[in-house]
Amino acid sequence: MPTIFEIGKPGRHGLRLPDLDFEEKPIEELLPSELIRKEDPKLPEVSQIEVVRHYTKLSKMNYGVDDGIYPLGSCTMKYNPRINEETSRFAPFAAAHPFQGEAPSQGCLRLMHELSQILCKIAGLDAITLQPVAGAHGELTGMLLIKKYFEKRGELHKRKKILLPDSAHGTNPASAAALGFEIVELKSNEHGMVDVASLKPHMDETVAGMMLTNPNTLGLFEEDILRITEMVHEAGGFVYYDGANMNAIVGQARPGDMGVDIMHYNLHKTFTTPHGGGGPGAGPIAVVKSLAPYLPIPMIGLRKKEGEYYFDYERPDSIGKVHSFYGNFGMLVRAYTYIRIMGDEGLRAVSANAVLNANYMFHRLKSVYKAPFDRICKHEFVITSKGMNEHLRTLDIAKRLIDFGVHPSSIYFPLIVPEVMMIEPTETVSKKEMDYFVDSLLQIAREMDENPQILKSAPHITPVKRLDDVRAAREPILRG
Amino acid sequence: MFEYIPNTPEDQREMLAQIGLSSIEELFSDIPRRVLDKFEKIGIAPMSEQEAKHLLHNIARENLNPEEFVNFLGGGLYDHYSPSVVGHLIQRSEFFTTYTPYQAELSQGTLTWMFEFQTMICELTGMDVANSSLYDGGSALAEAMLMAKNVTDKKKFLVARNLNPNYRQVLDTYAWGAGLEIQEIPFGEDGRIDKQFIRQNLADLAGVIVQNPNFFGVIEDLRELKSIIGNAMLIVSANPISLGVLAPPGTYGADIYVGEGQALGVPISFGGPLLGLFATRMSYVRKMPGRLAGRTIDINNKTGYVMALQTREQHIRRDKATSNICTNQALCALMSTIYMALLGRHGLRQLAELNLQKAHYLATKLARAKGFTLKFRSPFFNEFVIETSKKASSLLKKAQKEGFLAGIDLEPFGLLDGHHLLIAVTEKRTKAELDRLVKVLTQA
Repeated sequence: MPTIFEIGKPGRHGLRLPDLDFEEKPIEELLPSELIRKEDPKLPEVSQIEVVRHYTKLSKMNYGVDDGIYPLGSCTMKYNPRINEETSRFAPFAAAHPFQGEAPSQGCLRLMHELSQILCKIAGLDAITLQPVAGAHGELTGMLLIKKYFEKRGELHKRKKILLPDSAHGTNPASAAALGFEIVELKSNEHGMVDVASLKPHMDETVAGMMLTNPNTLGLFEEDILRITEMVHEAGGFVYYDGANMNAIVGQARPGDMGVDIMHYNLHKTFTTPHGGGGPGAGPIAVVKSLAPYLPIPMIGLRKKEGEYYFDYERPDSIGKVHSFYGNFGMLVRAYTYIRIMGDEGLRAVSANAVLNANYMFHRLKSVYKAPFDRICKHEFVITSKGMNEHLRTLDIAKRLIDFGVHPSSIYFPLIVPEVMMIEPTETVSKKEMDYFVDSLLQIAREMDENPQILKSAPHITPVKRLDDVRAAREPILRG
Repeated sequence: MFEYIPNTPEDQREMLAQIGLSSIEELFSDIPRRVLDKFEKIGIAPMSEQEAKHLLHNIARENLNPEEFVNFLGGGLYDHYSPSVVGHLIQRSEFFTTYTPYQAELSQGTLTWMFEFQTMICELTGMDVANSSLYDGGSALAEAMLMAKNVTDKKKFLVARNLNPNYRQVLDTYAWGAGLEIQEIPFGEDGRIDKQFIRQNLADLAGVIVQNPNFFGVIEDLRELKSIIGNAMLIVSANPISLGVLAPPGTYGADIYVGEGQALGVPISFGGPLLGLFATRMSYVRKMPGRLAGRTIDINNKTGYVMALQTREQHIRRDKATSNICTNQALCALMSTIYMALLGRHGLRQLAELNLQKAHYLATKLARAKGFTLKFRSPFFNEFVIETSKKASSLLKKAQKEGFLAGIDLEPFGLLDGHHLLIAVTEKRTKAELDRLVKVLTQA
């Protein structure tokens, strides 16, 4: 497939600009010649129809949620309701400028204020910032809050440690390390859970906090969660909850009730804002009262008497800003729309069906693929191909799945299970689609014995075959 | 039943029976009773799509109606025209309902446009390598600062006082978090950074962070800056549209280019989602944050694209990663890719010149009026500061009554007093609108 640079012809362009409607001044009169660009950037020269056809062709080389089951574990690839795309594009939202002032922005502020209250309730926590624009951004913000808290109390010099299980998302250690925290990785126990006994020796005044995903990345609910949060609190630390897996418990249980002090949401996971090919997302973080003073500025306030919403910058202990403006507002509109449509009852049905679907698929698959942790899972589960055929890897299975017209699951994550597949169906797939995915995996398991070569050479139906990653790393070609 | 959930009660019974359970509740029996018992609802009932649309429409209407206002607001985000094609193409669901291209063979569409985007940003900025986007202009600048710290192993940064104050707040947060030191480069009467100050503060320097055009819209002359600072990193934040007429940062020695890409076809959307642009020199590529698409071949020697140099990233390197970033702003980057493809090789210059001409027309006309003076006698691009004899806030109020968002009152930023307006002019503004604004402001 040629790039857009290889299409077109000198002289073509895809957009006519308006003519200047007054007399043009020579550019040298307006700009010093030494600061003027000498040569135009080598952008493509293509007509509009060529642009449309090129990107339409590219789109057809992708697989999205609308194409079928997309069971990437920990990514919650569920249906993106189209109404969200419409409400977020309402002109007064889409054209609102962050510097237009409070009075002309009452609609934006009201939506942010109401969404804040809703997300606090879902979390079972006291205060929230909508500013972080991704889960990892929320993590960084959460770690900044912890740092600020201990700085204020004069304990920063000793509160150095952030604990996290070895099943944690890579963003967790990366976020904490970026702020100079020492990472202590805890080995999961034989049940795939945080090992309370191994936690104990770390529980002292050097603990700043612990980061947890619950259900964890094996899809298992941390059964000792109350004991764990209690221990961290006794040591004087905070519990950070990675909300990537919130789809498992939304409408059923609240992180705040588990003793969690900070949590981020991934609005693009739990609340159906589209994944966009890798973003934009949104990663609001909710916190307990004691951390509220440090949240980023501005917060959204409401003068109840006047019924006016406003930006609250009068927060002397705030960590400051983490985003140029107020976060990914367009994503907030989508999430708000979705939550209002679902209501309490709908959100409870989300987790109920997400968990049911995962357990159903898990049940059907574990007779053939190995289940390292065979128990009730939440919204996702892990299986492994280890020991099935020593010449084949999980990568081969994933590539072969593509031939069946479905998107493979997450693979090789979490790191603690070798040759792992991490499968998250979500609540927005039908039983028929799940059965097809399972049947495909079962057939592949048979092929592993009967026709291993077909796995090795997969995928067969894609525009390109298996690509050479090593070459891309050794001799990187990163531009045309 | 809910419209987004296919399972019927019968499906549920069937699946539960196969698993060997009798109720959904049993699936949640691993959650401690104490936690389940504490659960409280939000207190909102479900509603139909039709009702939700009506509700959201009413909330939106509490904002001003942008169709009734002429927009001169800038300060980092600009009211540019976005061609119809952009909005239509990004609504192809194969683009917007997909995720990070973990399975390259199923993601050649995404990986190919990412590669195109990286190429376009390199062309625009004169840099060697661009990533496939960060969150926004402010946090991208903060990431540049963290990268410069890692490259130089030093902690001191000189940051221009005439940098966008919102970006500065983000820098301050990240700098505090990462234990970095920021010293402020003052600006002179011409609105430009004081290079003498930089010369006097070179010791132990990790990097210099400047914006061009700066927050006041003034174009800096940065040609000798890299030679002044030597091995310290030169980090330049620049409006990408300005690079249609202004010398690109790569030509005057920038080590990292950062920018807010909203101007390239992305809606303002109350300040998000935006588009963080980030480019650097090839020698630093392994220290660079963010996703990268790279060109390679498949087993049949056919050209294809993959995520390249992932060993920098958090999902491989964890606490040793170059940055914690995972999700980026892919869909906004796609918008700007299509936008730049439409504008084409000469379109960007023409667009930049339209902005330049119109801003100068307005500035010249306003500066001739009584009570208005151009604050800085320096070259500017599409944005300028005008000093007003009346309070800027009261002028803005009056202009708003006449249907104008006439600019930004600079007082709250603490850089200039309440008699200064920052006015941005894009290609969307017509001569009639510019003339009318002058009339409204001078009669206010």
